[in-house]
Amino acid sequence: MAHAVVVRDVRKRFGAVQALAGVSLEVPRGEFFGLLGPNGAGKTTLISALGGLAIADSGRLEVMGHDVQGDYRAARRALGIVPQEVVFDPFFTVRETLEIQSGYFGLRRNGAWIDELLERLALASKADANMRSLSGGMKRRVMVAQALVHRPPVIVLDEPTAGVDVELRQTLWSFIRGLNEAGHTVVLTTHYLEEAQQLCSRIAMMKEGRIVALDTTARLLAAFSERVLRVKLERGALPAPLAERATRDAAGWWRFPIADMAHVEQALASLREAGAVLASLEVAEPELEQVFVRIMHREEPAARP
Amino acid sequence: MTGFPTLLYKEVLRFWKVGFQTVAAPVLSALLYLVVFGHALAAHVQAFPGVSYAQFLVPGLAMMAMLQNAFANSSSSIIQSKITGNIVFILLAPIAPAEIFAAYLLAAVARGIAVGLGVFVATLWIVPVPVEHPLWAFAFAAVGSALLAALGIIAGIWSEKFDQLAAFQNFLVMPLTFLAGVFYSVRSLPPFWQSVSRLNPFFYAVDGFRYGFFGQSDVAPWASIAFASGAFAALSWLALHLLRRGYKLRH
Ligand SMILES: Nc1ncnc2c1ncn2[C@@H]1O[C@H](COP(=O)(O)OP(=O)(O)OP(=O)(O)O)[C@@H](O)[C@H]1O
Ligand SMILES: [Mg+2]
Repeated sequence: MAHAVVVRDVRKRFGAVQALAGVSLEVPRGEFFGLLGPNGAGKTTLISALGGLAIADSGRLEVMGHDVQGDYRAARRALGIVPQEVVFDPFFTVRETLEIQSGYFGLRRNGAWIDELLERLALASKADANMRSLSGGMKRRVMVAQALVHRPPVIVLDEPTAGVDVELRQTLWSFIRGLNEAGHTVVLTTHYLEEAQQLCSRIAMMKEGRIVALDTTARLLAAFSERVLRVKLERGALPAPLAERATRDAAGWWRFPIADMAHVEQALASLREAGAVLASLEVAEPELEQVFVRIMHREEPAARP
Repeated sequence: MTGFPTLLYKEVLRFWKVGFQTVAAPVLSALLYLVVFGHALAAHVQAFPGVSYAQFLVPGLAMMAMLQNAFANSSSSIIQSKITGNIVFILLAPIAPAEIFAAYLLAAVARGIAVGLGVFVATLWIVPVPVEHPLWAFAFAAVGSALLAALGIIAGIWSEKFDQLAAFQNFLVMPLTFLAGVFYSVRSLPPFWQSVSRLNPFFYAVDGFRYGFFGQSDVAPWASIAFASGAFAALSWLALHLLRRGYKLRH
């Protein structure tokens, strides 16, 4: 019962494409969970199966302990999905859209919460505008509001920031973060990996319908990425002990892994001793992007037939 | 029950907001049929004794308009939401298949009856017709609209593109409505075509509806209501089955 989302050995095939090839994961309540993977990895399919938009061929999916097929009403009440594609009903205004969506969940007097959503998502001035007249980013914000009208304990965002401007992206994240702090579980997919790194406490990476990595963000960063020192030399050469651990990129930067700042000082001292003159220097913190690239290019797990 | 009242409200609002196209336009075309055919065929057709051809035509045209508009309402609403993708907002909500079915059905019936009433009221000034059995007239209006509303739900779910829906409309709904005895009494047909007509469920809706006005019909109203309701029950079962399975809606 402790889990907000349970996915157990879920498979889904579309014709020749095995979109989900046996996915299992659990998201504890209150977690900010990231679901990452390249295009076509199966993220949206998994989310669709969770929301009942797709029907899994086999396996089990639960939201807040409710089976998404057998107990679909309770499961859907507990779930707010922001779909990846921007869709809207051109017949209605923003407020009508949100009132209708509330009604679908059996909520009759939801005006106060709708007003708050409009306010928090910077849509208040568009409340009475027809959906058709909104820009793409605004339509996406309405979709976020639609997913939240029933205050679901589990919020799933399928690339919510695609096409949303910088300022609103920040507003959106502070809002979602606030909901997460208030106890809502958040599942996020995004191709902006720095966003995922900042927000998610745990991350699953998918590739070709399988989970290829699943751990806390901190452990993934520690295992697959490191802090590196990058230097560019004006004059001189890299001393041998440093050159052993260093790699050089096309732009002429040398990069070598470092554990802490003491390392940096040692490296600089040995450069000075060797008579090298620095043109430029930077310390790069571990990055999820590096983790992602390494995991995606890693050898396939041996277990795969 | 959760989402049903809202879904019904939304579906009614959807056609009511553009009532000029969804209600007024079909009323106008029915009037045009009445004026043109009523005049052109008046000398050739005598359907019931004591009933002029133009009078005979009114209930048939009203029913034809109801059938076509009930079908158009549910089918176009579903296919539009599928193609634009906004059907996800209904599919993600905790609404039971039966609630979805009932909401689309009743909204389409409401449009059918609004159009039928419009035709009836508009013709009062041109060709007044008696209403001998208002309850029968209403029962057939409801069952006829519901029959086509259910068919429209099936067509909307099954079609993936607008041209598939158009094919449904042009090759099934139009022929069946035109061959339902709107413009003639099936008794005037050769025996073979009479029996073919009796396989057409739309015929019973038209014939029974006419009974409500003139107290005369080709088939007894009880038999007609039984056939029309039977066909409605069968289509409803199919529509509900498709909705429960998520056929072409939940992938
Ligand atoms: N309705 C569908 N019919 C057929 N194939 C589908 C359908 N939905 C998804 N697929 C296929 O399933 C695979 C997984 O798609 P999915 O949309 O889940 O990927 P994703 O991880 O969300 O990718 P992206 O990052 O591009 O959104 C893809 O190969 C896709 O072509
Ligand atoms: Mg996707």
